[in-house]
Amino acid sequence: MEKSTFEAKVGLAEMLKGGVIMDVMNVEQAKIAEAAGACAVMALERVPAIIRRDGGVARASDPAMIKAIQAEVSIPVMAKCRIGHFMEARILEALEVDFIDESEVLTPADEAFHIEKHGFKVPFVCGCTDLGEALRRIGEGAAMLRTKGEAGTGNIIEGVRHLRTVHGHIRKLTRLPKEELMTEAKNLGAPYELVVQVAEAGKLPVPNFAAGGIATPADAALCMALGAESVFVGSGIFLSSDPERRARAIVEAVTYWEDPKKLAEISTGLGEAMAGTEMGKLTEDQKLAKRGW
Amino acid sequence: MKRVGVLALQGGWAAHLRALSDVGCEPVEVRRADQVDALDGLVLPGGESTTHLLLVERFGLRPALDAFVASDRPVLCTCAGLILAAKAVHHPDQPSFGWLDVDVARNAWGRQVHSFEAHADGDDLPLLFIRAPRLERVGPDVEVTARFEGEPVMVRQGNLVGASFHPELTPDRRVHRALFG
Repeated sequence: MEKSTFEAKVGLAEMLKGGVIMDVMNVEQAKIAEAAGACAVMALERVPAIIRRDGGVARASDPAMIKAIQAEVSIPVMAKCRIGHFMEARILEALEVDFIDESEVLTPADEAFHIEKHGFKVPFVCGCTDLGEALRRIGEGAAMLRTKGEAGTGNIIEGVRHLRTVHGHIRKLTRLPKEELMTEAKNLGAPYELVVQVAEAGKLPVPNFAAGGIATPADAALCMALGAESVFVGSGIFLSSDPERRARAIVEAVTYWEDPKKLAEISTGLGEAMAGTEMGKLTEDQKLAKRGW
Repeated sequence: MKRVGVLALQGGWAAHLRALSDVGCEPVEVRRADQVDALDGLVLPGGESTTHLLLVERFGLRPALDAFVASDRPVLCTCAGLILAAKAVHHPDQPSFGWLDVDVARNAWGRQVHSFEAHADGDDLPLLFIRAPRLERVGPDVEVTARFEGEPVMVRQGNLVGASFHPELTPDRRVHRALFG
C-alpha cells in the first residue's frame, strides 16, 4: 500500500470537478453549504471581502474552527495557509484537512518562495494568473490549480482575464514547433518538461478551477464556458441576502452551464447578490492576485 | 458500437468517458432523464455522493435511473456511485437508491491524507482509493470480484458492478472491458 501518491492527490481534484467549493466561516455555514450540494468547503475565519474591509495580517484559521467543521460535515474540508508559510501548512496537514490552499487571499509569509508541496501528504491547490505561474506551482507539487480572479470583489472581470490568459497560452503552445518550446519555457518561467507536456496534451496536467469574484450562477457558468473545471465561491454566497438559495443555484449552474433555459430558471428569485467592487477603485497594493511569484 | 452513458452531474465523469473510449464504446455525458433509456450501459462515477443525490432528485433523474437498472443493462458504480447504489449508507447515514444488496460506510479509510494506491489480492489489478467507502455488508446474492487485504472492494450482482476504488483513474481497462467491451 502506498499512501498519498501524486495520483491519489490529483484523484481527489478529479472528484471535485463540476462541483462548487464554498468558503465557510463557521459550522452553521458549513452545514448550509453541504446541504446545498457543495462538493467541499473551505474553512476560514473571514471571507475575502471581510479581510479586505478589516485590513491587517490575514493568517491561517484557528484549528478549533477547522476541527469543528470537520466533525460536522462529510464532504472534504479545505483550509488556507499563507504563501510560503510551510509551518502553517504542516499544522493544517496534522489536522488532516483534505486540501490546503496556499492562498494569496491571506497575507504572504515569504516574498520570494512558495511551499515545496511534493513533501506533503496532503494535496495543495494554488492560484494562478497565467500559464507560467500555473506550471511553476505544478512544478512545486500542486495537485490542483485555480485561476485567482480578484477575491472579495464580487467582480468577475479579473477571473475572466486569468482564464482567458491561461487557456489562450495553452492553445498557443499546442501550435508551436518543438524547437521553440525551450525558449517558450524560458519566457514563461516554467519547467520545460511541463511545457512540453502541455503542448502535447493541450491541457494542464492537473484540474484547473476558477476563483475570485464569482457572485451569481451566471458568473459560475461563464467560468465553466471559459474552460474552468469547477469553481470556488468565497464571499459570494455568505455575503448575499439568501445564502442557502444562492449556494444551491451556483451548484446547479456549474452542472447545467451549457443549458441557458435551465440557467434562467436557476437564476430566478435569488435575492441580492453581494455588493461588488469596481476594479478602478482598488489601488495596486489592494490587488490580491499580484501576490505569488 | 455500444453507447454508454456517464452520469455527469459532478465529479469524476471525464475519466470514465476516456476509459469507455479506450474499450471501444461511444461515451455519452448524461445530465437529463430523457437521455437515459437510449443507452446500452451506464456509469455512476465518483465525486461527492451528497452533491449527486441532491442533483439527481432536483432534476428528476431518479425514475429513469431506476428503470435503467431494472432493464438488466450493464451498470458500473464507482466510489460515490457505489454509495448511491447501496442498500444502506452509514458514516453518516444518508439516503441511497438500494439497487445493490450491500451496506457501505463513507470515507471509511480516513480523510484524504489516508488515500492510497495498492493492488487487488492475488492479482495485479491496480486499486486507487480516494476518501473511499468500505463495504460493510455484502448480501447473499452478491459476488465479490476483488478484495484488498481480505475485504471486498468490488462486487457484482447481475448487471450491476460496484467498486469502492477508481478503475477509471488507472491505466488498467479490465473493469470497463468486462462490463462494456
